Amino acid sequence: MHPAGSVIWFTTLSGAGYGLLFLLGLLAGTPLLPDSRWFAFATLALGLGLVTAGLVSSTLHLGHPERAWRAFSQWRSSWLSREGVLSVAGYFPAGVFGIAWVFFSHRLAWAGWLMAAFAPATVYSTAMIYASLKPVPRWYNPWVAPNYLLLALMTGSLLLRALVALFGLSPGALRMLSTAAILVAAGAKLAYWWHIGRAAPAATAESATGLGALGRVRLLEAPHTEENYLLKEMGYRIARKHATRLRGIAFLFAFVLPLLLTATAPLLSPALAAFAAVLAAASAMLGVLVERWLFFAEAKHSVILYYGASAV
Amino acid sequence: MTSLPPPGTRKLGLVIDLDICVGCHACAVNCKEWNSGGQMAPLTDLDPYGAHPHGVWFNRVHSFEAGEGGEGRTVHFPRSCLHCEQPACVEVCPTGASYKRAEDGIVLVNEDLCIGCKLCSWACPYGAREFDEDVGVMKKCTLCIDKIYNETLDERDRVPACVATCPVSARHFGDLGDPGSSVSRLVAERGGYELMPEMGYKPVNRYLPPRPRKDSAGCTGAPAALPTPTAGAEANPLLRWIDRMLSR
Repeated sequence: MHPAGSVIWFTTLSGAGYGLLFLLGLLAGTPLLPDSRWFAFATLALGLGLVTAGLVSSTLHLGHPERAWRAFSQWRSSWLSREGVLSVAGYFPAGVFGIAWVFFSHRLAWAGWLMAAFAPATVYSTAMIYASLKPVPRWYNPWVAPNYLLLALMTGSLLLRALVALFGLSPGALRMLSTAAILVAAGAKLAYWWHIGRAAPAATAESATGLGALGRVRLLEAPHTEENYLLKEMGYRIARKHATRLRGIAFLFAFVLPLLLTATAPLLSPALAAFAAVLAAASAMLGVLVERWLFFAEAKHSVILYYGASAV
Repeated sequence: MTSLPPPGTRKLGLVIDLDICVGCHACAVNCKEWNSGGQMAPLTDLDPYGAHPHGVWFNRVHSFEAGEGGEGRTVHFPRSCLHCEQPACVEVCPTGASYKRAEDGIVLVNEDLCIGCKLCSWACPYGAREFDEDVGVMKKCTLCIDKIYNETLDERDRVPACVATCPVSARHFGDLGDPGSSVSRLVAERGGYELMPEMGYKPVNRYLPPRPRKDSAGCTGAPAALPTPTAGAEANPLLRWIDRMLSR
């Protein structure tokens, strides 16, 4: 599948934003977070900013962005529509929670919990847009949704730790949370790669043409001499050696470096620890961007069976 | 509404005979011609006279080789929308632009509602939908809905353009929901099948497999060897003289 920049930015940024809003809604009022209006303002601004930037970016690849509002109508059947509805609805509890805390120094627990509930629901909808597409077997599997949710939690927790550290706090529990999120997300990503590496083909050139009874089926002549929409959008192929190298880069930046920077925090001075926390968050975001690019580039659509592929 | 309508009894679709198709692309060309002025018009071509022309087509004719060696066959394979009974392309549409008609099962796009998110083309295993970059909306086969119900045309012309134009009658159009229809009988007789049944989309269109190859012929009455063509020349005195002269 063609790795469209707008969708890669959208899922990475909004994932991190929702991870941050989720943790803020859950942990507000506990000693883990600074009891400060400025902290609330900075965290909500970053979380909502990332979510908004992601949503705006996601409209960039539309043929008719001015009609995007129509996408709220088909939530009964479409995960894309559900994502749109949830992402907009999620602004209301976040707005109430933010206004009450920032302007009135009043933490509305119910608004925080509601905000925390909307965040994973929205990320889950995003993941299900891909995980419900049968023609793309590397998306249509049970590992996709956990990966999206865990990577959102991981990047969100690293952003939260960075903000908390900048406000002079460094609670051990938050460090434990980030460490655990990194380890579980890394495990889920490895499980996803393991799964797509060994899954049996979902469809073959023989089943796509129904000519299997005659023997092995291969393309003799393509229907057209130039690229068409199908090949540009769904025929994207990545060289195996590039994929292996990029997986290494994604794993290093998304998991290994953030883990090292998080685990070594207690050994550093507060200023250095804050810097390390910011670095950990930045590294994770970069790693997830590469991971998301690979999520598209490595996915194969069954239409390529009509253009020379033997299995997907 | 992108939730699917209750299953209808009429299922209009195509039956494509892979035994007869000669791969001439006439169906694809006539489809392009009709639909460039039809319901989904225009079928935009970009850079049509340049180095890399590309554009929207609803019908593409692939050619495959199947089997090995002497048993191998060349099979020409037209590919277009199969008007599935479980069209995920419709269900994923966030705006309601994609829909399946309850009355005849045809899957269509309302271009005025389409936001061009392309998700429907991802959801189609068969590559039936092509995005029109120029207009910014998704386009697809309409089963020539503006032709098959067009009462200003003669009744015999009320078939999809691809069917009307096929020079070898490899394409058939009819109601596959009616077991007594000519297309349903053809499918039953020839063992017509659906593409990628494992995807669960339940396509309406059917493909008829190539017939078994005949590897021996009966007696045609021809002699095993023909008389040598020079035999008659010996009777002609002029040719005999020329032969003598040239043989010196």
